Amino acid sequence: MDLGLNEAQQMLKTTAQDFLAAECPDTYVREMEGDERGYTPELWAKIAEQGWLGLIIPEQYGGVELEFQDLVVLLEEMGRYMLPGPFFSTVVLGGMSIMDAGNEEQKQEFLPRIAEGQIIMTLALTEPSARWDAAGVELTATQDGDSYTLSGTKLFVPNAHVSDYMVVAAKTGTGDEDISLFIVPTQSDGITQTLLKTIASDRQSEVAFDNVKVPASALLGSENNGWNTINKVMQWGAIGKCAEMSGGGQQVLDMTVDYAKQRTQFGRPIGSFQAIQHHCANMATDVEGSKFITYQAAWRLSEGLPAEREVAMAKAWVSDAYRRVCALGHQSHGAIGFTKEHNMQLYSRRAKASEIMFGDTDFHLASVADILGL
Amino acid sequence: MDFKFETVDENFRSEIKDFVDAELPWNWREEDLDPEDAKDSILVREFKRKLGDQGWLTMAWPKEYGGQAASHMRQVVFNEEMAYRGISAGDAGIRMVGPILMLYGTDEQKEQFLPKIASAEINWSQGYSEPDSGSDLASLQTRAVEDGDDFVVSGSKIWNSAHADSDWMFMLVRTEPDAPKHRGISFVLTELEGQEGVTIEKIPMMWDAYRGLVTFDNVRVPKKNLVGEQNRGWYVGAALLDFERSGVDRPARAKRVLEDLVAFCKENKRNGRLLSEDPIIRNELADLAVQIETTRLMCYNVAWMQSQDLIPNKEASITKVYGTEMINRLYGLGVKIMGMYGQLDPDSKWAPLRGRIENAWLRSFGGMVAAGTSEIQRNVIAQRGLELPRG
Repeated sequence: MDLGLNEAQQMLKTTAQDFLAAECPDTYVREMEGDERGYTPELWAKIAEQGWLGLIIPEQYGGVELEFQDLVVLLEEMGRYMLPGPFFSTVVLGGMSIMDAGNEEQKQEFLPRIAEGQIIMTLALTEPSARWDAAGVELTATQDGDSYTLSGTKLFVPNAHVSDYMVVAAKTGTGDEDISLFIVPTQSDGITQTLLKTIASDRQSEVAFDNVKVPASALLGSENNGWNTINKVMQWGAIGKCAEMSGGGQQVLDMTVDYAKQRTQFGRPIGSFQAIQHHCANMATDVEGSKFITYQAAWRLSEGLPAEREVAMAKAWVSDAYRRVCALGHQSHGAIGFTKEHNMQLYSRRAKASEIMFGDTDFHLASVADILGL
Repeated sequence: MDFKFETVDENFRSEIKDFVDAELPWNWREEDLDPEDAKDSILVREFKRKLGDQGWLTMAWPKEYGGQAASHMRQVVFNEEMAYRGISAGDAGIRMVGPILMLYGTDEQKEQFLPKIASAEINWSQGYSEPDSGSDLASLQTRAVEDGDDFVVSGSKIWNSAHADSDWMFMLVRTEPDAPKHRGISFVLTELEGQEGVTIEKIPMMWDAYRGLVTFDNVRVPKKNLVGEQNRGWYVGAALLDFERSGVDRPARAKRVLEDLVAFCKENKRNGRLLSEDPIIRNELADLAVQIETTRLMCYNVAWMQSQDLIPNKEASITKVYGTEMINRLYGLGVKIMGMYGQLDPDSKWAPLRGRIENAWLRSFGGMVAAGTSEIQRNVIAQRGLELPRG
């Protein structure tokens, strides 16, 4: 058993902290909240230089070939520093889909470009029904000779507005899970996008597909087998989000403890009051739990072990825990914490968004109940 | 990151399972026994002795004292399996008195006590809390006055197990009333059996058990029973041998309870529907399963830190607070799920699962108070762990 980070992970963590502290300060995060793209190509290029876009991509495709658990260490720090932009959607959603289901040609075509920072990707999965299961996929892809025609609407597609390609989940048969995946250039004829205004000021879009034609070579994996990949991407995505939340929670705890030490009321630091101390102790407990329940699932995913139970438990726990941590962080900060000027609100808005991404607590508890045999 | 146990430890887990399966029926739970019933109490003692014969009770002891110097993770395996099987293998003698004697005892004391402690022959009770000294333990007032070769002890000790067939008490007494409160305390061993001036009362708890209140009226304790230096007893009592102290027994016990509740829900209906099909109950049980899992991992982390020679301060307090509060929520949910039946005492023929859940829910309040209340633990997390200023 080894519940800590190995040497390489510790180094990655330190490097990430140094890099993000310098390149992604809160001023940048705030600037990007109102920016049209939501990130800057300059920072994107620097991230590519770090090798992070290819962190888990095999060496033969230009990556560093580390494991998913290493990516989780990095995502924790990105959550702590609230890195804006399409890292998650490119690496976890687009990249890992191709790594899982892509044929040799597709891997050759896309993975090196992801690793080098040349393309931005995303996953177009959810639709107006906002379901996370296969029944939520109603957009159809109809085969016509050596091409497919896609019609339907995707909703809540992250970073679609800046993406070069989308992995699109489409219905290709009559069976419940007859879903196929397609790599679709975002600029294809027939695609229209509308940006949504969201609680976390991230970038999600409505993406309408009006008879969008793609060649048969755009099919990712075999026909009607797409849900198999989506299941895995949902697990990676859920644990990736857990990692971001875990890192964000740690930062909220640190900020709150610092504030409690320096803020004085009644002639003493508020951190000397038991009420505040106990808020902080409860936050520390939630942060501690978040870390290990996330690591356990990340480790199982890295090892290729069955992780359905551990992923569901992690997302259920961390979603609630991060919300509780932010709530206590706000309470301890008093009025200044919910001003726009303060960073607390940046975290609590993101906590809410992450909570519902890839299934909220109730969604995952339902899986846990099934696994318990209920 | 690596969340699996060593193969040798997993093999050890199987060995324990086989042993317990051979010795006890699967449904056996120590909590179903009546500690006041001599027959049950003998059964518990006998089984404990068998565990002792396996060398398992003292596995954490150093080899020179007959232990196995077992790794922290191996201890975790043992403690998990015992708790899951409803066996309380913890023993104050083995966990506390023995290690303290190894560190501070005289040769004579070691010779007199260690072998009997190792074989669980002495039933110890703990003499720390007093009626006026709970969380503020160092304010204790039980007085020990030197008189020739003896201390003369007067005062009272509460919340102990002295009433339950206890032979000896390890206790903190005040030997220097004028010193600062932590520095006037000594650690002594007092024989209770047939001791003049000792009165033991039983305090009924709201669950099916008692705690002892012992009054000492000029009780003579030989000075040779002083452990460590006089007036250094606070530090003697705080000594810890390298036992795993993750509290992993809580999630292990909770796992078993959850399994019982799941089985109950799959067999019982309310309003014509199986409880296991009720979406609220499914959600609540799944939520508890997640809490149990998270507790287990936080406990593993404490033991793992110990194995790495790291000191789990905040981490140990976190598992204590969260673990005991989780147990309280778990039993509370169990009682609720059982509906009208949830209120029945263990001796009712209608009581589901032998009334175990009802009784354990009442008892679970004790967990959040004993050995450092949740509030004291949160203070420790905040002040020692997060370095917030003391009030």
